[in-house]
Amino acid sequence: MSDISHPPRDGATPGKGWFESVGIGHLLLGFFLLVYPAMASDFFLTQIGGYSLILGMIALSLMLLAGYGGMVSLAQITVAGAAGYVVAIFGENNSGVYGFGWPWWVYGPLAILIASFASALIGWIAVRTEGIYTIMITLAVATACFYFAQQNYALFNGFPGYNGLRAPEVFGLNWRDPVPFYYLCLANAVVAYVAVLYGARSTFGLTLQAIRDNQRRMRSIGFDVTAHKVFAWWLAGLIAGAAGILLVWFNGRISPGTIAVGPSINILVIAIIGGLRHPIGPFLGAVIVTLMQTFAIDIIGAERFNTLIGMVFLVIVLISPDGILGLWERFKPRAGAEDWRSSLGTSAGKVENQGRKT
Amino acid sequence: MSETSRSTSDPLGQGQGITFRQVLLVGALILFAIFVWMVFAQWPEWLDAILISKKAFLSAILNGLTLAGLYFLVASGFTLVFGLMRNVNLAHGSLYLLGAYVGYEFANWTGYWLLGLAAGFLVLAVVGLVMQVLVFRRLEGDDLRQTLVSIGISVVAADLMLAYWGGTTYQFLTPSWLSGAVFLPVVTAVRSNGSEVFLAYPFYRLVVLGAAIVIGVGLWLLINRTRIGSMIRAGVDDRDMLAASGVNVHFVFAIVFALGAGLAGLAGVVGGSALSIAPGEDVRYLLASLVVVIVGGMGSIVGAAIGALIIGLAEQIGLVYFPTYGVVLTFVIMVVTLAIRPQGIMGRSM
Repeated sequence: MSDISHPPRDGATPGKGWFESVGIGHLLLGFFLLVYPAMASDFFLTQIGGYSLILGMIALSLMLLAGYGGMVSLAQITVAGAAGYVVAIFGENNSGVYGFGWPWWVYGPLAILIASFASALIGWIAVRTEGIYTIMITLAVATACFYFAQQNYALFNGFPGYNGLRAPEVFGLNWRDPVPFYYLCLANAVVAYVAVLYGARSTFGLTLQAIRDNQRRMRSIGFDVTAHKVFAWWLAGLIAGAAGILLVWFNGRISPGTIAVGPSINILVIAIIGGLRHPIGPFLGAVIVTLMQTFAIDIIGAERFNTLIGMVFLVIVLISPDGILGLWERFKPRAGAEDWRSSLGTSAGKVENQGRKT
Repeated sequence: MSETSRSTSDPLGQGQGITFRQVLLVGALILFAIFVWMVFAQWPEWLDAILISKKAFLSAILNGLTLAGLYFLVASGFTLVFGLMRNVNLAHGSLYLLGAYVGYEFANWTGYWLLGLAAGFLVLAVVGLVMQVLVFRRLEGDDLRQTLVSIGISVVAADLMLAYWGGTTYQFLTPSWLSGAVFLPVVTAVRSNGSEVFLAYPFYRLVVLGAAIVIGVGLWLLINRTRIGSMIRAGVDDRDMLAASGVNVHFVFAIVFALGAGLAGLAGVVGGSALSIAPGEDVRYLLASLVVVIVGGMGSIVGAAIGALIIGLAEQIGLVYFPTYGVVLTFVIMVVTLAIRPQGIMGRSM
C-alpha cells in the first residue's frame, strides 16, 4: 500500500532553488500582510483579514494532524471551543454565569492548556483505531460535545452560551480595535505557521510523517506510535486553543452553535480546499472561504451559501485531492525536487510516485 | 487459532471446575431474573425511592427499546455499506431526513401512510443507487476521498432540503389503526380499592420495535441464507477475490448501497412518524449511527443490533435518571468500548 519506495533524493535536483523561491514568496507575503492594514478598510481588516487568520489557524491544526499524521479530525472546532468556554468562564462575560474576571495572562494560557489537553484526550480516544475510523470517532466526539454543551446549563450555560466576551486592554491598546486585533491574529498565525513549518522538519515531525506512511514498520523499529500521535494531537490543541481564544474575542460570544457540526465541517472544508500538503494551505482555504462567505450574497444570496461552498468542496475533492495547492502543483513548471507525499489517500500518492519515477 | 486456544484452555477450565464463560452465563441469568422480577413484581418502597417509580422505569426501558429499533434501522444500512465498500457514508443522516420528507409528501399526496413508507424506501434506494454509480464508484479504494465527498453531499443536501421544505417541523399523521395506546399485561401500581393499573404504551412505538425486529431478522437471513448474501459476505472478507471468481462486484455494491440508503429512507418515515421531521435531525441520526456502529462493530448486522440496543437504552434511561448528562452516558459507552475493544463488540480486529 504505502510501501512503494520513494525515489531517492539526489543532490543534483534543484531543491535549493525551491527553498529560495518559497523564501521570496514568504517575504512578499509577509510584507503584504504587514502593510495590509494600510490599504484595507476596517471591515476588510477584521471580518476578512482577522477572521481568515483565525479560521486558518484552526484549519492549520487540522492540517498538522491530517497532513503529517494522517489523522483527519473533525473535532478541531471543539478544541477551539473548549478554549473559548474557558475564556468565558474564567474571564469576564455579560451572561451573569461564572465570569470570575481573572486577568488575561492567567486565563489565556489556562485556556490554551485546557484546550491542548482536551485535544490530547480526543486524540488518545481516536488513535485507538486508525485510518478512516478517526474521522468517524472525531465526528462523534464533536457532535456529542455540541449536544452536551447545548443541554448543560451548569457549566456551559446551555443554548445561549456566554455573551460579552472581549479582548482586554493591554499596554494602553484596546485589542478589540481592528488594527491591533488584526496584528494580534497575524502574530499568532505566524507563530503557529512557522512552528508547524519547522516542526515538520524536526525529528518529531519526521517521525510523525514516517508513522503516517508506515505505522507498522515504525512500531517494529521501536517507536512508540501511540505516544507520537497523541503528542501531535496535543500540539494541534495548542494551535486550535490559541485560535479559539481569538475566535471568541472576534465573535464576542461563545455558544453551542460555535462548536456545532456545521462549523466543524467548515474547518475541514477550509483545510481541504486550501490543501493539506503545506501549512500555507489552510490559510489559503480560509481566505477563499471567508471571501466566498462575504460575497456569496452577490452571487446566489446569503441563504444558499452552504450549497455553494458544498459544491466547491465537492469539485475540489473530485478534481484535486490536494486542494488549491494541488492545482498549483499540477500546473506550475515542475521542479520535481519535492518529496511530498499526498496525505490524501494512497492511490493519489501512488500515481504521484509512479509519475515521478518515469 | 481459536481452535488451538480452546483445546489448551479447556482442560485448564475443567481443572478449576468453573470456566469464565460459565461465570458470565450465571451472571447474565441472575441479571435477567432480577429484570423479570422488576417487570412483574410489585415494587417495594425502597426501589421506588431509587428509580423514581416503576412506571417511569418501564417506560424508559420501552422507549429505549423503541429507539433502539429506530437506530438499528438507520445504522444497519450504514454498517452494511461500510462493511462491504469501506465507505464511511457521512451523508447517511441526510438520506434519513430526505426519506422522511419524501415519505411525508407521498403520504400527504396519496393519503396512505403505507404508500409513504414504501416511497421513502424506494425513492431513497434509487438515490443511493445513483450516488454509488455516479460518485462513489469513481473513487473506489480511496476511503478518505469517498468520506470527504459524502460530507460535501451532506452539506449540499442539508441546505437544499432546508431551501425546499423550510425550517418548520413536520408531523406525520399516522393512520388510525396505528395510533392510540395499548395496555400491556404489566401492573405498575395497585389502587387503594384493589384495582390494578396496567402500563399503557403507544401502539405505534410497539409496531416500530416489531418492524425493526422483523427487518433485522430479514437482513440476517438475506446476508446468511441467500446467494446474494453470500456474495456480500465474501465481498466483506476479500473484495478482490470475489471479483476474481467471476462475480460482478459493482452489481453487488450497487445493490448493497441501494439497500442501505433505502433502509435509511424507511427509517426516516418510521422515525418521522414516531417523533417529528425537522432540519438538524440528519445530524442527530448520523451521530446515532456512528456511535451505534463504533460500539457494535463496523460491518456487522448483529453488531448494529447490539449497539443500537445499548445506545437506545442508555439514551432513554439517561433522559429519565440524569437529564442533561444523557449524551455523556452515550459518549462514555463509546469511549469504554474503544478502550477495551477498539474494533467494536462484534467487529473483527483491524
